[in-house]
Amino acid sequence: MATPVEQLGREAVQVKGWIRAHKWLVLRRISQLSILALFLIGPLYGVWLVKGNLASSLTLDVLPLTDPYVLLQSLFAGHIMENEAIIGALIVIAFYMLVGGRVYCSWVCPVNIITDAAEWLRLKMGIKGGTQLSRNARYWILGLSLALATATGTIAWELINPVSMVQRAIIFGVGFAWVVMLSIFLLDAFISRRAWCGHLCPVGAFYGLLGKFSLIRVNAVARNKCDDCMECFVVCPESRVIKPALKGEEKNIGSMIMSSDCTNCGRCIDVCAKDVFKFDLRFNNQINELKTSHQREVLP
Amino acid sequence: MTVSPHSKELGQQSRRKFLANIARTAGGVAMLGLGLSMYTRQSLSLPAQAIRPPGAGAEEDFLAACIRCGLCVRDCPYDTLKLANVAEDVALGTPYFEARKVPCEMCDDIPCVKACPTGALDHELTNIDEARMGLAVLVDQEECIAFQGLRCEVCYNVCPVRDKAITINRQHNERTGKHALFIPVVHSNACTGCGKCERACILEEAAIKVFPLKLAKGEIGKHYRLGWEEKQKAGGSLVTPDQQHQYTLPEGTRYDFEGEGLIQPRNGSQQENDTPFSSNPLDRLNKGFK
Repeated sequence: MATPVEQLGREAVQVKGWIRAHKWLVLRRISQLSILALFLIGPLYGVWLVKGNLASSLTLDVLPLTDPYVLLQSLFAGHIMENEAIIGALIVIAFYMLVGGRVYCSWVCPVNIITDAAEWLRLKMGIKGGTQLSRNARYWILGLSLALATATGTIAWELINPVSMVQRAIIFGVGFAWVVMLSIFLLDAFISRRAWCGHLCPVGAFYGLLGKFSLIRVNAVARNKCDDCMECFVVCPESRVIKPALKGEEKNIGSMIMSSDCTNCGRCIDVCAKDVFKFDLRFNNQINELKTSHQREVLP
Repeated sequence: MTVSPHSKELGQQSRRKFLANIARTAGGVAMLGLGLSMYTRQSLSLPAQAIRPPGAGAEEDFLAACIRCGLCVRDCPYDTLKLANVAEDVALGTPYFEARKVPCEMCDDIPCVKACPTGALDHELTNIDEARMGLAVLVDQEECIAFQGLRCEVCYNVCPVRDKAITINRQHNERTGKHALFIPVVHSNACTGCGKCERACILEEAAIKVFPLKLAKGEIGKHYRLGWEEKQKAGGSLVTPDQQHQYTLPEGTRYDFEGEGLIQPRNGSQQENDTPFSSNPLDRLNKGFK
């Protein structure tokens, strides 16, 4: 039986306690905020651990990190980077290829906090429907950003990219960028559900492609315990990625969530009272269900 | 294949819907692209008062290379550089400074260039005197008080490339008839565009301003050759061979090109005197009496 929206997450809290039912959410917020904090303690307190912003940064004066998406746009615009940016991008690429491309979206990107807040409001106020956008629009926009870089010979998308705008505004001074933050919030809350991060954002699309074969995945390891409460589908920002893994047993589909759109946010793990999901390595994908320990005890 | 007419219709419907969805998305994205490409053209027009950090190339090249990370801003020790924010005229997120507010202090080690991870600020630039952020132009020759015959020379004195980027050119003061004008003159072969002169100009609105090179600098036609420069480069005239005027003069005579003409040797005490005229005017007056 599907859980009514008002009772979303209650069962998990009852069964597992508040902390375990919000573990990954809290960890993600800590991750997102502390990354911003690292950039901010320099300008605020003069402690320069990390300089720059998410486009490119230098940690402790040795570790360069560069956003490979903006580097790719620059390459399409006809500029060959200095080695420092290339090394920085390679480190970032290696990291996300390992942990999952869209980990950037759910664990790093500050826009995620805004869009999650909008989704929270949507659920609270029971806002339904809205404009239907294509989930593939982000790939079109990704293509567009690269095409425009080539056509104009400049990194055109960065003139309007709300993701870099928001993170840069937080780190370098907000100015009028709050308008952009508010626009994204209103778009997600009132115009179209999960519009920005789930449908339009080319940064997310890029990182998704980057993590196509990433190692760390969410595994619906105990999918036979699923009681169809549907709460994971409601909380999931990319809800259709769950279905093949959770419901694919009869079709011989593995229990691992293999879609590169999955952001590894772990909300499904939190919200599931039955502990169906866990983070796992991609090779542990089980096609033929192994009996869980719980079942072994019950079965003769 | 046995397909019922009903399911065929459904298939057609879903195909139609699928195509309509694709068209909708493509249409939306195309509109976005059109808008953005027009905005991109506009963003290339850097406002005249916005100056890029040292080592930045032409605006088109700079906007292809700058990823707006702000590392140059962080490493600028004088808070000169800042990143363009939303609703400013400069391309979003790119570094710039305004000379009248905070000019570039021209650090010897150029930390902003070193910090740039992409090469948008050219790492080949190691001598700050070779930076060409812009060019100072004495734009208002009516208000600049040097043109009123008043002593100022503040721009000349604050210039870090002292006596090379700005020199003082003395001109006659027509108003008083007896004084000099001390006119500052900017030389593009030395001016780095740091903007200290614009910052220091004592007027309410600076009479000397730093402009982007493409605004400030004229360019002579590619086919132009300045004869005297070519001659110097080649070490001799390229058109007609240089000919020294040569005369076969009688023994002891000289020729003066500036009007005197052939100078005959003189005898006695006058021969010791090389110049035809004595510097003493009385000699001239007394000449007839001898």
